[in-house]
Amino acid sequence: MKLTGAEILIKCLEEQGVDTVFGYPGGTVLDIYDALYRSGKIDHVLTAHEQGAAHAADGYARVTGKTGVCFATSGPGATNLVTGIATAFMDSVPMVAVTGNVGINFLGRDSFQEIDITGITIPITKHNFIVKDVKDLADTIRRAFKIAGSGRKGPVLVDILKDVQIAKCEYTPVVPQKITPKPVPSERLEKIAEAINASKKPVIIAGGGVIAADAAPLINKLSKKLDCPVAYTLMGKGCIPEDDPLCLGMIGMHGTIATAKTLTEADTIIALGTRFSDRVALNRDKFAEKKVVIHVDIDDAEIDKNVKSTLHIMADVGETLKSLLPLLDDRQRKDWLVKIEAFKKENAAKKDTSIRAYKILKTAAALAPEGSPLVTDVGQHQMWAAQHYAVNSPRLFCSSGGLGTMGYGMGAAIGAAFGTGKTPVLVTGDGCFGMNMNEMMTAVSRRVPMVILLMHNGVLGMVRQWQKVFYSHRFSQTNLNRKTDYVKFAESMGAIGMLLGEDKDIETTLAAAFERAEKESLPVLVDCIISPDENVLPMIKPGQTYDTQIEALEEN
Amino acid sequence: MSEEKKYTIGALAYNKSGVLTRVTGLFTRRGYNIESISACTTEDPEVSRMTIILNGDEYILYQLIKQMEKMEDVIKVGCANELDCVYRELLLVKVHAAPEMRSQIIQINEIYKAKTVDLSPDTMILEITGDPDKLDAFLKVIKPYGILEMQRTGVTALARGKHTLKDRDDGEYKILDKHRG
Repeated sequence: MKLTGAEILIKCLEEQGVDTVFGYPGGTVLDIYDALYRSGKIDHVLTAHEQGAAHAADGYARVTGKTGVCFATSGPGATNLVTGIATAFMDSVPMVAVTGNVGINFLGRDSFQEIDITGITIPITKHNFIVKDVKDLADTIRRAFKIAGSGRKGPVLVDILKDVQIAKCEYTPVVPQKITPKPVPSERLEKIAEAINASKKPVIIAGGGVIAADAAPLINKLSKKLDCPVAYTLMGKGCIPEDDPLCLGMIGMHGTIATAKTLTEADTIIALGTRFSDRVALNRDKFAEKKVVIHVDIDDAEIDKNVKSTLHIMADVGETLKSLLPLLDDRQRKDWLVKIEAFKKENAAKKDTSIRAYKILKTAAALAPEGSPLVTDVGQHQMWAAQHYAVNSPRLFCSSGGLGTMGYGMGAAIGAAFGTGKTPVLVTGDGCFGMNMNEMMTAVSRRVPMVILLMHNGVLGMVRQWQKVFYSHRFSQTNLNRKTDYVKFAESMGAIGMLLGEDKDIETTLAAAFERAEKESLPVLVDCIISPDENVLPMIKPGQTYDTQIEALEEN
Repeated sequence: MSEEKKYTIGALAYNKSGVLTRVTGLFTRRGYNIESISACTTEDPEVSRMTIILNGDEYILYQLIKQMEKMEDVIKVGCANELDCVYRELLLVKVHAAPEMRSQIIQINEIYKAKTVDLSPDTMILEITGDPDKLDAFLKVIKPYGILEMQRTGVTALARGKHTLKDRDDGEYKILDKHRG
């Protein structure tokens, strides 16, 4: 059957099981949007800005495990995707971004809305393509999905020239092959098992790779079998229930006291699907000094990149654990667990429960309907959410970890809502919210229920905290001094706004927020007034070691 | 960190537009110090081959190879064993050569097995092929005559014997395997 390029694109998306696309039309994608209109099988979510579309595709991918798809036109449409693509790249989120480009006769002539988007996105995609011949289109789209969803997942961009979208070509449907992880190189497993069996005080560090591999249940099995505590990275949040006796909480710069103490005492680190980023390793040379490091990662280039491993295996975490578990001894480590319990008690005792953000997040977590994803922006509120908002299942947490993208939240929450069909909780701050609050329009027009907890302190809290710690309280450009009325803003967008002033009862307000969000199927923005002086603690300074964790800041 | 030295890296990649940009972009953004890179198509027109000379330590070498191997268009990457490789580079150099100097230059050419490929009333273009050290030595001798312009191709290298980069796993072009899973 002969179809136009635009029709072939839509058919190929259908082949891949794509049911939702986030995007924004424009001159060079008119044919694609026309084909979309005529097909009617794919739901297109029109965002307010292409960046929102990219973040939405990212959020959708994180909660579903499927590849997120976004569309944008050439030139500014394409460049607006860049931050969203980079965010997905840094967090290994599978995504296919489709852009239009000018016709072949206009290419390379600085034509209207022409940009070399494949050139621009080389460093932030797993791979990208420019399609100049309609005969290559179908296979390119299929390959894009294969690349995005296999190995270490990530974004792929496909730039399609306008005349390719118009040209006709024979199209034969292809059923996509299921992507299966590569077999585990078994010769290493025995050595790894030996090292784990010989360990006295092991600790598991579970990263985003565990979520990506859908290996959370195996982590639980492993920790029970070994009597081994689990620390998760920001990207690994959700891989173990927070109330599990072996769960230590988040590890890293703002990780729990329990993770820091455990790591300091541990003799063996079992690092699963994690890349020892500078926010986790902090001091890469001293992080694992005198410890046995067993590193499992799907990406060969992560092995020995930041922290040198004693033993490693380059494979999917899930596949590795399946093969490894039978080789491991069932162990009871009473002495080690007694210590862990003491660390956890200390952690609970020293938790800064005085801060208002803590109370708000705890209450929200308790009130949120079952299966609601937690989405965050970036900064203090992100760390508070990671510390205090319990996420007990995988794929219910979306946060920009690697890139730290302020403005990620609104778009991602919309994507997460479409992916789960539930009511996401978006935790944001007034800095971040200001960057993509335009997506409130999208959420309203698509009647997306969500509860937005806007941690409103009038400052760029995390930057300000660093100014406190490292720049002698010189608060350069971190006081926002805005006069925005967020409740009125929400109402003007057609959403619901609520003020949670410092005198108001948290539970009553939040209960009403959840109720109204679900009942009216609309975003509810809760303007949570908090003090600008609340800090994210504990903290380990960059480049420092886990025995130097700070539990309080000197205020003056 | 281990000691800095020179490594010769061979790579096969699909001969697609932009592949060299992708590879060199990787080197720039990861801060790898590349002395030379030469690339051209092979006996298979769909495949091109690169020879990269890297200044760095073992850590950089492993990272470069692994990061390159992740690229979709890259087929294989290997680090050549210095002792079992043939290295060649070509140099063209245009020198001042007034008539009274010509015979001196031609004498130097003979010693280095260089060729005169162009002659004008007061210049010559010389061509020499060899390993980079030989080219350096030749240039040192030629320099006093006055170099007008020059161009080196960068190093190209092949492993001796029957082994090829394609079957690198049993060849001299062996990726440094000790850290691999």
